[in-house]
Amino acid sequence: MRALLFSTALLAIGTAPAAADTTQPDPSNWDAVLEDARGETVYFNAWGGSQNINDYIGWAGDELKERFGVTLKHVKLEDTASAVATVVAEKAAGRDGNGTVDLIWINGENFAAMKEQGLILSPGWAEKLPNWTFVDVENKPTIRTDFTVPVEGLESPWGMAKLVFFYDTARIKVEDLPRDTDGLLKWAQENPGRFSYPQPPDFIGSSFLKQVLAEKIDDPSLLLDPVDEERFAEVTKPLFDFLDGLNPVMWRSGRAYPQNYPAMKQLLADSELDIIFAFNPAEASSAIANGELPDTVRSFTFPGGTLANTHFLTIPYNASAKAGALVAANFLMSPEAQARKQDPAIWGDPTVLALDKLNEEDRARFDAIDLGAATLRPDELGPALDEPHPSWMERIETEWKRRYGVGN
Amino acid sequence: MLTRLGPMLAIGLLTAPVAFGLAGTVLPAFGYLPALGGMEFGLAPFATLFAEPAILMSALMSLVTGLVTAAISLTAVMLFTAAWGGTRLFARIQHLISPLLSLPHAASAFALAFLIAPSGMIARLISPELTGWERPPDLLIVHDPLGLSMMAGLIVKEIPFLLLVTLAALPQVKPARMRALIASMGYGRISGFVLGLWPSIYPQIRLPVFAVIAFATSVVDVAAILGPTTPAPLAVRLVNWMNDPDLSMRFLASAGAVLQLGVTAAAILIWIGFEKIGARLRDRVACAGRRLRRDSGLRWGALAAMLVSAGAIFAGLLALGLWSVAGLWQYPDLLPARFDLRNWMRVLPSLVEPLAITLFVAFISTLVAVVIAILCFVREDEMGYPPGRGALALLYMPLLVPQVAFLFGLQLLFILTGVQATMAALVFAHLVFVLPYAYLSLKDPWRAFDRRYDQIAAGLGKGPVERFFQIRLPMLARPLLAVAAIGFSVSVGLYLPTLLIGAGRLTTITTEAVALASGGNRRVIGIYAFMQMVLPAAGFAVATIVPALIFRRYRDMHV
Repeated sequence: MRALLFSTALLAIGTAPAAADTTQPDPSNWDAVLEDARGETVYFNAWGGSQNINDYIGWAGDELKERFGVTLKHVKLEDTASAVATVVAEKAAGRDGNGTVDLIWINGENFAAMKEQGLILSPGWAEKLPNWTFVDVENKPTIRTDFTVPVEGLESPWGMAKLVFFYDTARIKVEDLPRDTDGLLKWAQENPGRFSYPQPPDFIGSSFLKQVLAEKIDDPSLLLDPVDEERFAEVTKPLFDFLDGLNPVMWRSGRAYPQNYPAMKQLLADSELDIIFAFNPAEASSAIANGELPDTVRSFTFPGGTLANTHFLTIPYNASAKAGALVAANFLMSPEAQARKQDPAIWGDPTVLALDKLNEEDRARFDAIDLGAATLRPDELGPALDEPHPSWMERIETEWKRRYGVGN
Repeated sequence: MLTRLGPMLAIGLLTAPVAFGLAGTVLPAFGYLPALGGMEFGLAPFATLFAEPAILMSALMSLVTGLVTAAISLTAVMLFTAAWGGTRLFARIQHLISPLLSLPHAASAFALAFLIAPSGMIARLISPELTGWERPPDLLIVHDPLGLSMMAGLIVKEIPFLLLVTLAALPQVKPARMRALIASMGYGRISGFVLGLWPSIYPQIRLPVFAVIAFATSVVDVAAILGPTTPAPLAVRLVNWMNDPDLSMRFLASAGAVLQLGVTAAAILIWIGFEKIGARLRDRVACAGRRLRRDSGLRWGALAAMLVSAGAIFAGLLALGLWSVAGLWQYPDLLPARFDLRNWMRVLPSLVEPLAITLFVAFISTLVAVVIAILCFVREDEMGYPPGRGALALLYMPLLVPQVAFLFGLQLLFILTGVQATMAALVFAHLVFVLPYAYLSLKDPWRAFDRRYDQIAAGLGKGPVERFFQIRLPMLARPLLAVAAIGFSVSVGLYLPTLLIGAGRLTTITTEAVALASGGNRRVIGIYAFMQMVLPAAGFAVATIVPALIFRRYRDMHV
């Protein structure tokens, strides 16, 4: 009998709702934010498909706990869209405070969706964070314009991304490497089964489609505006002609796809794929350092340019731990956290900060990083192509699914 | 008084979540969900559903998977029991296979994937010497469009389950005597068993077979690890829609869940048709009087099928273990170039929390389930008769209704009441699945208890409470702990309930492992799958060692 009572008592634990956090923290009064944040638990909804990134977030959690008394819990997502879905669902259910998502790793279409539906903590807070002073807004235009959408302080920059390809010098000669997507198609035809891309709507897979579109479209300026439904078929014809040619000569003849870019890394290590890509220039160095790839792997990009963007952190309007989320966002933007993030032995994600704005000690942290032989220097990365308007991503994904996502 | 609560609690626990959950799924499927602005009933969600590309293909895939999985695993179990039942070899194989029962589905799917992938262990073992594959062949084995890998992954897991339920049903048909009798009439081992014993065994294991069909038609984790991706089986697509940022997709997902319900029901109905055909076929063979004595090929085939299915999992688990400590390990090396404990060191910190949640939820849900099951049995003893067939069907309810079909609605209910992602909600959701197993596996040991001990104790002046705690419980310690170990392993392996009710905030080893599957990081997957394997094994170890310690001074309680 006692056992039963005990278990019913246990069942009751945790069912009492906590009081809603109605106070709106003001980042310009940072001390108050720090005070408010102490003891809060921040549920950080971030893509969890890569171990080194998860480890880095784990480290940030430990530091936040120790320095600011903020507990960071990583809610590992397969797709950022599901965090947006949660906030949308909560808004629909009238849960305007005390939400379950406090901080989201985000950019592009998901940011655009949240901004449009008013799901983000506002007014703009990112540029009021103390570490904003170090951010390289002058030379990195994507920090204030996320996939053509103005950021307006509604998300704080976390890292820079550029589409970079990787190959194993033990299997491919440098002179055989493709120099643009047409070259890639030709290479794939000569080496059937050795190239693939993550299955859209995976973020990196969809990005590859955008890379092709950006290269092949007649008038690139169309991509800066929302999709014009009337002209969509005509404008994207070169893209889908390209894919019709590429898919049959891909890995598994395009009947299956890697689920994301870390999966492609494993396939490169297994010699199933010969050319892979990621949005992080240091991915290969990082993987070599972790024993996942052989040390003969190197990087390359297209001389004509590859997609580049910034990834951000944002706070939902109904977050339970807004102050804690602000503290976390600020910490993740700090020179110390950014330098650690840029180290390929840890993650290798490029910083959003301007090194000339840092003090000597912080600059030294960055100078000390060994980017590894497989990482291209910033001046070797080639030109940056702008991200299209987020509506393109959604539209292309839908069209891709219709054409290739359902088998034949 | 208290014991009366037992059956009520059990019935409430098993039916309420399923009923409410189904309502919460079916209403939105017909357009009704006021929280999202759906005020009117209509068929719009179904129109959207059937406009989805290749939706019928997905549904068909689920249907076929369920039927093929059940047919192959049941046939293997039937033939094996027929050919080898009663032999020493049978007992050996049974011991080899039963641990697989406690292995979570996801872990066995991983094990199989590591084995059969083009760069997997089998390819490495025979390459390049036998195959000439200097590089992995470009073959679509894992995620193949026909779902064969997925079916294989399910079959190797369902064989131990069906074998166990068959073994439980076997004693009631007095197999040794029947075998001797049938053999004396000149029948072969297999034909004798299939014609003479199977007809009275099958009705007893029919519900478990239906449960296998229901599970295989709606499985998510195994399908995500091994199943086709273009398009994915129905249940996988449903869960994706459920997680879509566009909330109107919830209507679509709910309509899909209703379709899933239909697919599962159709699969079971088709199976019932198979049963009829099978029965007629059997009658025909029986009436023809053929003895079919020359069945040695089939006998060895059945043995081989059992050995291959168990061997594949064990070899795959070995590969998982190797990957978890591998440094650089390139194809076609059979062993890693370096061994490295760094993977473990890196993963351990992030392993702690899911591990703690896994243990807590499994422990509490098992405890509650066992207590409720005991209350039910005590009540039965008081009443003097066992529950009818209806009650038994009720027990199977959470196992027969596809998980997605009622978990969607249950999740919605939990969101609306604000208890989603709480420990209590998660324990509750697990309890729904643990309770049936606890009840079913405690049933026989409980009824087999020799009531004369009770009578003697009563004669010595012990009241019912004393008798229960001082005689019945200690004497049943061994089966009780075994039941607890089963419940524990069920809870550890639960994927979808944890995913939907835990909402990503409460994660267990199993949800983490499946989430990692898409990343293809074999080292990390190896570690998580290894933990998935170790936890249930630890549970069974405890269930074996503790009674041995308790009873070390009671010779008659030794086994």
